[in-house]
Amino acid sequence: MSPTRRLLIASGFTAALTALALAQTTTAPPAGTRFITVSSTTSTQDSGLFGHILPLFKAKTGIEVRVVSQGTGQALDTGRRGDADVVFVHAKAQEETFVADGFGLERRPVMYNDFVLIGPKSDPAGIAGTKDIAAALVKIAEKGTAFVSRGDKSGTHAAELSLWKMAGVDLAARKAAWYREIGQGMGAALNTAGGMGAYVLADRGTWISFKNRGDLTIVVEGDRRLFNQYGVIAVNPARHPHVKTDDGQAFVSWLVGPEGQKAIADYKIEGQQLFFPNATQAGA
Amino acid sequence: MDFAAIFSAAFALIVGLDPTFLTIVGLSLRVTLTAVLVAALIGLPLGAALALARFPGRSVVIVCLNALMGLPPVVAGLFVFLMLSRSGPLGSLGLLFSPAAMIVAQIILVLPIVIALTRQTVEDLWGEYRDHLRSVGLEGVRAIPTLLFDGRFALATVLLAGFGRASAEVGAVLIVGGNIAGYTRTMTTAITLETSKGDLPLALGLGLVLIVLTLAINAIAFGASRIGARYAG
Repeated sequence: MSPTRRLLIASGFTAALTALALAQTTTAPPAGTRFITVSSTTSTQDSGLFGHILPLFKAKTGIEVRVVSQGTGQALDTGRRGDADVVFVHAKAQEETFVADGFGLERRPVMYNDFVLIGPKSDPAGIAGTKDIAAALVKIAEKGTAFVSRGDKSGTHAAELSLWKMAGVDLAARKAAWYREIGQGMGAALNTAGGMGAYVLADRGTWISFKNRGDLTIVVEGDRRLFNQYGVIAVNPARHPHVKTDDGQAFVSWLVGPEGQKAIADYKIEGQQLFFPNATQAGA
Repeated sequence: MDFAAIFSAAFALIVGLDPTFLTIVGLSLRVTLTAVLVAALIGLPLGAALALARFPGRSVVIVCLNALMGLPPVVAGLFVFLMLSRSGPLGSLGLLFSPAAMIVAQIILVLPIVIALTRQTVEDLWGEYRDHLRSVGLEGVRAIPTLLFDGRFALATVLLAGFGRASAEVGAVLIVGGNIAGYTRTMTTAITLETSKGDLPLALGLGLVLIVLTLAINAIAFGASRIGARYAG
């Protein structure tokens, strides 16, 4: 091998190593960045709520909030493994178990919105306009019209399953081609329902901000049983000593305090408020 | 769904130079290029060594590496996730949900491609130039730099294949990066997010930009190898 070639190869490797070093330094976060990791749900992310409230929190405290959005079940698991400092989800029973098992410090109610039953305008099950969600679900099951289920252990999925139970429909016995579990987030479920002309249970926030409605519309809303409560929990440092308890608690306190509650109420799309703060409501 | 909306969304993204968008593009390129670079530094010498070495079980290693080229990204992502999770063996590093974790996952995806294809390229070259190289006293490890250099144009294509695999995948970076806005959101995870928000024109617009970027990088690589070939004779 000629000396020139050796030199070429050597300089090539040096350049590569330099580039590597550069890439490493630029991908590392700048020193001193204060941040917390919050595992939350697809509904808070897909509805754009975080995009509105997190800059306000950062401006006030200097703490950057990094949100990983998953279904409620997965988001709680992320907290259980210690991969998040705070969880912000919507399935009260699961949240209380999370705290009772010692993974979380204290569950604080934050806000609510409601679920709506979405379906095609042609309304093949003939349920549009009713306020009785249980009766509507029974009709869908009887007629066997297509229904899209999140099927991902999310808060919305849990709510959907308990509504079927409430309606007295035994899904295990009736599960058939009409009941389609897709195992994906809220937006994906709406896209799928639109594509198949199916019914789907959605949180109102995601629905209002959803842009690919096509032939879909709200068919059932306003039933008391469609209430959807969100709660926030800081991960317990006794379980995971590395979690950022102080900054995590600062975020929790801000969310349930007057400033956070106002920021939530102020978030609107086309004049419609998506989430309703209720941190001070007893038993929420 | 009209195509004018898609193109105008893509056009607005490119021309508007929106800082959020530039961050996403920058992160995508940084993560993927770093992963390809590391995979090249490890995989080129290793692939060449595998081409020249003779040892028991060599065929098994080659078959395994060839098979790993088809490793599903989501499996690689899950593996890295379990390693880097706070409850996993490397949890104390605190690397989960960071660009570093995404780079590690993509290295795992790209490395088998680089090793397997380098092995093939170098083995072919060795078959062709064995006698010549032996006559000038280059054999075994000492022949590797020469063989890699002689195969540089074919190997550049190998690296482009690795780049393509890494830049196009979403399964691994979504799991280990978490698609955090402004921190671990890449082109492909942003496309996934916009699709689930139902903003299909923006999602496809982003896809168009990704294709244009990939095209540009391939064009640059092609041009560079053309110029290189002219000077190298």
